[in-house]
Amino acid sequence: MTESLVKIRNLSKLYPTGGGGFLALSELDLDIPSGAFMGLVGPSGSGKTTLLNIIGTLDNQSGGEIEVLGHKVSTLDAKESAALRAEKIGFIFQSYNLLPVYTVYENVELPLLLLKMPKAQRHEAVMQALTWVGITDKRKSRPNQLSGGEGQRVSIARAMVKLPQLVLADEPTANLDTENSLNILDTMLQINKDTGTTFIFATHDQKVIDYMQRVVTLIDGKKAKDDLKTGS
Amino acid sequence: MLKFVIKGLIRDRSRSFFPVLIVTAGVLVTVFLIAFMSGYIESMVRQNARFDTGHLKIVTNAYAEKISQKPYDLGFIETEAEFQQWKEDFPSVRWTPRIYFGALMDVPDDEGNTVEQGDVFGMAIDFSDPSAVQDIHLNEALIQGRIPEAAGEILLSEELFSKLQLELDSTVTLLGSTLYGAMSFRNYIISGTVSFGVHALDRGGIVTDIEDARAFLDMPGGASEYFGFLPSMVYDDDAVQEIKQEFNAKYNDEDDFSPQMLALTDQNDMGFMLQYMGFALGLITVVFVLIIGIVLWNAGLLNSIRRYGEFGLRLAMGERKHHLYNWLLVEALAIGVVGSLIGAALGMGVIQYFHVHGFNFGVFTQDTSMMVENIIYTNLELKNLLLGIIPGLVSTVLGAMLAGIGIFHRNTAKLFKELET
Ligand SMILES: Nc1ncnc2c1ncn2[C@@H]1O[C@H](COP(=O)(O)OP(=O)(O)OP(=O)(O)O)[C@@H](O)[C@H]1O
Ligand SMILES: [Mg+2]
Repeated sequence: MTESLVKIRNLSKLYPTGGGGFLALSELDLDIPSGAFMGLVGPSGSGKTTLLNIIGTLDNQSGGEIEVLGHKVSTLDAKESAALRAEKIGFIFQSYNLLPVYTVYENVELPLLLLKMPKAQRHEAVMQALTWVGITDKRKSRPNQLSGGEGQRVSIARAMVKLPQLVLADEPTANLDTENSLNILDTMLQINKDTGTTFIFATHDQKVIDYMQRVVTLIDGKKAKDDLKTGS
Repeated sequence: MLKFVIKGLIRDRSRSFFPVLIVTAGVLVTVFLIAFMSGYIESMVRQNARFDTGHLKIVTNAYAEKISQKPYDLGFIETEAEFQQWKEDFPSVRWTPRIYFGALMDVPDDEGNTVEQGDVFGMAIDFSDPSAVQDIHLNEALIQGRIPEAAGEILLSEELFSKLQLELDSTVTLLGSTLYGAMSFRNYIISGTVSFGVHALDRGGIVTDIEDARAFLDMPGGASEYFGFLPSMVYDDDAVQEIKQEFNAKYNDEDDFSPQMLALTDQNDMGFMLQYMGFALGLITVVFVLIIGIVLWNAGLLNSIRRYGEFGLRLAMGERKHHLYNWLLVEALAIGVVGSLIGAALGMGVIQYFHVHGFNFGVFTQDTSMMVENIIYTNLELKNLLLGIIPGLVSTVLGAMLAGIGIFHRNTAKLFKELET
């Protein structure tokens, strides 16, 4: 039995709004084992991003319990959750969010700078990450000189460079065409196999869903389905 | 991380070029204003000291009370021995006698009939003392002719001289009253003309030797005022106040004709002026800090809207808010340093230029009674450059702090939300 990397019990999230608040997540139970390659799916507004943000300690839950990488999120203070994110969680966004004034290399290097890693070690890690996503030849380019697929590769390299235990990817293929989508999915699956890093996706892209070993469907903030596929 | 931040600054022109430009311009203006104002103040102090107040002066109690009227009839007579004593007591100050007086000048024709008549303002100095001549920059002020060498020779203001269409070496008659109120008149030969750049004197002034004035006004061995100058010729209020207190403690008593020492700051509201100018300099600096600070604050806010993506990303990557904030301040400081240095360097160039060439302010000082030189030289002092640079740094950091607080107040999730689009 694999130990749970993420453990969620009766989780709820209430966004404060004018009329008493909006319940974006409720009665949610979920266990995600280490090494998973899984997707959160569901219609727009079903709470995928909300859940991903809570798992990523970027947002607080309103009720229930959530444990991430062995830490009870509700008991972490700002410093501890920042440290957890810095060391163990990588993020991939729909719009890549590469910093335009920095080169590909520098963008990937940033998480390591924040970890105060020595330069030689940093160089090695950055080159490794760029190799994984097959983009070493573009390391001196600026983000605006990259294609969409290349941009998302860089953002995968940036998420992977610190060898996190958990990568959270919110709609990573939404801005990509089919070929590029499949490409980066292959890349991530390979990394998942090579490193054992856990990937959690939020998506409604069927191409992505096809790659998932497990698909959790959310509807109106509740878990509607939890499908485990065999093989992939 | 510093390298990373600096790279970002240099590559993103809207993050560096525009703010640096603001700071540069602000520092340039401030440095220049400060240099100009302190040049102006120094000029004012100098002019007042030379022509009106000295760094120190000794007058009688009675004279001091009506000092603005310059009542020579309340001045000293036969005070040579005392004057010697004062000089010995206070050797760190250079002392020189003066008499200021008013008279009527009569310009006669060949037959001795009056052609023109007018009020003149007389300033008598000790021509035998080269320092006293230098005190009022007489050699520089001389327009035509020469400085009096013999008794009975005077200098006349160039303005009056040309207005009355006089000639050098012609004779004029001064009509006045003696210390005792008796009528007095004397003939003088105009040996030269002067222009001091001090309007009151240039309008209708004469300069005579102190001995001539003593004879004319019946003030043997006297003076209306004894001027004292610090040897450096730079006014130093602390030193002056100390001397003044010592003198007054020793010599001043209740008697109307007892000597009393006055400092430059006791006269012509100079003390107030100096304080006021100091205050104005402070105010310029504060206003500069506020204006530039507000501009940079807004620039910083606009900039951070553009950079929300970056901030959210960095927070998501586990950077702490205060860490991010501190780096924003470092960015601001870098901009402040660069902008201030450029501004100060440019300012120094401009100041240097006007330090050498000066501003001709004659047009503006024409109608005021303010004692300021017609040409103002900016004051080239390191201290003034620093006074401009420090607010350059303060305002950038202040602007960044205010802008940063705006970011600080957003919670991580919200910043992060803005990442999603
Ligand atoms: N800050 C907020 N304040 C109030 N309501 C919010 C806030 N953020 C999200 N919501 C609401 O919560 C619900 C879930 O939002 P969420 O972004 O998690 O959906 P999602 O499943 O990621 O949708 P999509 O597929 O469109 O990205 C939505 O109805 C949304 O309007
Ligand atoms: Mg979403």
